[in-house]
Amino acid sequence: MSIASKYKGLSKYARTNIKTYGLVIILFAVLYPLSNAGLVSYSITGQLVPICTYIVMAISLNLTVGILGELSLGHAGFMSIGAFTGAILSASLQDKVGSDPVILLLAIIAGGILAGIAGCLIGIPVLRLSGDYLAIVTLAFGEIIKNIINCLYVGIDSKGLHINMKDAASLGMKGGRIILNGPQGAVGITKIASFTAGFILILFTLFIVINLIYSRSGRAITAIRDNRIAAESVGISITKYKLIAFITSAALAGMAGALYALNFSAVAAEKFNFNTSILILVFVVLGGMGNIFGTIIATALLYMLPELLRDVGDFRMLIYAILLIAVMLLTNSSKAKLILENAKLKLRSIFRKNNDGEVGSNG
Amino acid sequence: MDKMVPYPSGAIVPERDVDKRPVLETHHLGIDFGGLTAVDEFSLTVGKTEIAGLIGPNGAGKTTVFNLITNVYQPTRGTIMLNGKSTAGKNTSQVNRMGIARTFQNIRLFSNMSVLDNVKVGLHNSIKEGFFASVTHLLGYKKAEKIADARALELLDFFSMADLAEETAGSLPYGAQRRLEIVRALATNPSIILLDEPAAGMNPSETAELMENIRRIRDTFNIAVMLIEHDMNLVMNICEGICVLDHGKIIAKGTPDEIKSNPKVIEAYLGKKKEKEADGNA
Repeated sequence: MSIASKYKGLSKYARTNIKTYGLVIILFAVLYPLSNAGLVSYSITGQLVPICTYIVMAISLNLTVGILGELSLGHAGFMSIGAFTGAILSASLQDKVGSDPVILLLAIIAGGILAGIAGCLIGIPVLRLSGDYLAIVTLAFGEIIKNIINCLYVGIDSKGLHINMKDAASLGMKGGRIILNGPQGAVGITKIASFTAGFILILFTLFIVINLIYSRSGRAITAIRDNRIAAESVGISITKYKLIAFITSAALAGMAGALYALNFSAVAAEKFNFNTSILILVFVVLGGMGNIFGTIIATALLYMLPELLRDVGDFRMLIYAILLIAVMLLTNSSKAKLILENAKLKLRSIFRKNNDGEVGSNG
Repeated sequence: MDKMVPYPSGAIVPERDVDKRPVLETHHLGIDFGGLTAVDEFSLTVGKTEIAGLIGPNGAGKTTVFNLITNVYQPTRGTIMLNGKSTAGKNTSQVNRMGIARTFQNIRLFSNMSVLDNVKVGLHNSIKEGFFASVTHLLGYKKAEKIADARALELLDFFSMADLAEETAGSLPYGAQRRLEIVRALATNPSIILLDEPAAGMNPSETAELMENIRRIRDTFNIAVMLIEHDMNLVMNICEGICVLDHGKIIAKGTPDEIKSNPKVIEAYLGKKKEKEADGNA
């Protein structure tokens, strides 16, 4: 049996696993040595950790949008919660814990937990709504989080954490330093995030999301998406499984946020605005609803595109937008699909002919 | 044929008739939509292994009755008892867990999922697999899935659909989709199954097969079946009790023979012929 036919004989779960983990591992294996050896331009090296976080963001949003089928426009809000939780935690642990990877791990876990709690708090009232209402409430949530963090002041001194919502002076600190400075956001962050950490976080996200899809809970979530009334009629608790998907999605976004924040020396709340939520949604839509493999590719390409188009200067956002529209039209037109399908068949037949020739000459 | 057993009275009756305690009772059930009364005074008792039919002209409120029994609509008046327990205040999924399963008039499958997965969604509440087992695929995941697969295939095999297990549900032919909906409902381990026009769109040979299947469901799973159907041949052949609904009210209840000769039923279906003639003559 050839490898191709063996691959086809595997279960869908196994195939998805091989495809997605394979892609991520190969990308990492290629990029890691290259960036270490300094063979990749600095502009790309600097984007490696953000790409990882955006991939995690897109995969986790795909859980809400693609698998659960509910439109969320506030995903950056959960990222923001994770980011500032991570920043505050890492700053307060800096002197107590010596090892950077341990701090990073704790920050990511804390970011995930807090974002998960936030997801639960807004999920309970909101998931009773669906469709447009849910989209609008999540949008509002993202803005609220942004504005709260915009006027939040957090400092640390020998006495511990000081939190205030007025200004930095009223924190009443003796010495110490400010971690969160209102509109300036988190300042003086020690950069401890690394490409390897991003890679591991992607693997972790894939593990959670793909396993969830191919499980009892995942089937319930997909069933709700496909036909809510039928799902209810076979005894599935709609609110419970919507919440499970939503909280998991929020927690993963929080983890990505923590990693993101710890990759920069300063992060402002403004970074996690509506535009970021939409950007992530674009990755998901272009990658394919419920398609994890496609999401990874779409995120990596679309995130790098403005970087690669730097040479065309002022036109780069214009080209970016045109490309987006073109891809949307191509992937949604039946004619384009037909042409692609034909091209695929032709390629396959050429490939097969070559193979047969080889077999013939060998035999 | 059913096994014949002696009854306390001394009579020899089919075994399944011994258990005539009702599985489902509705008392004075009614619902209003705004000012419109869609169903009113609907009182019906379905025995534990009975095949009951619900018939009536279009728009009589038959599907509304199903939606009331499964609490898709909360009744305005009246009570529903399942195995002696009231279903008041429960939502549809809780009602299903109490033991009422149903199919839909316009098929509602999870069309993007495989046939096997559709049945496994039906088995949801009997699979022992928590959230952490789900996300890690450890902690008893393998065992739970194995049991679920085996059970789902067994149910599919009952309707000779086991070979279709890997197909996508939406790509099945119409008749198979209808059967799959019944399998999925049976997977929830109900004590009564409600079938909403199971023979709609079927040809005579498929209908004959369906009749056989409905009897097999009752005899194998020992559950009650209640069905809405316009195919009178099917209803009269397999139903033991029939309830006729017109304009939201029960106009007749009884055995097939009683219903066939009931003037009210004939009137509801065909209209009052004689009066019109009389009017014309006058």
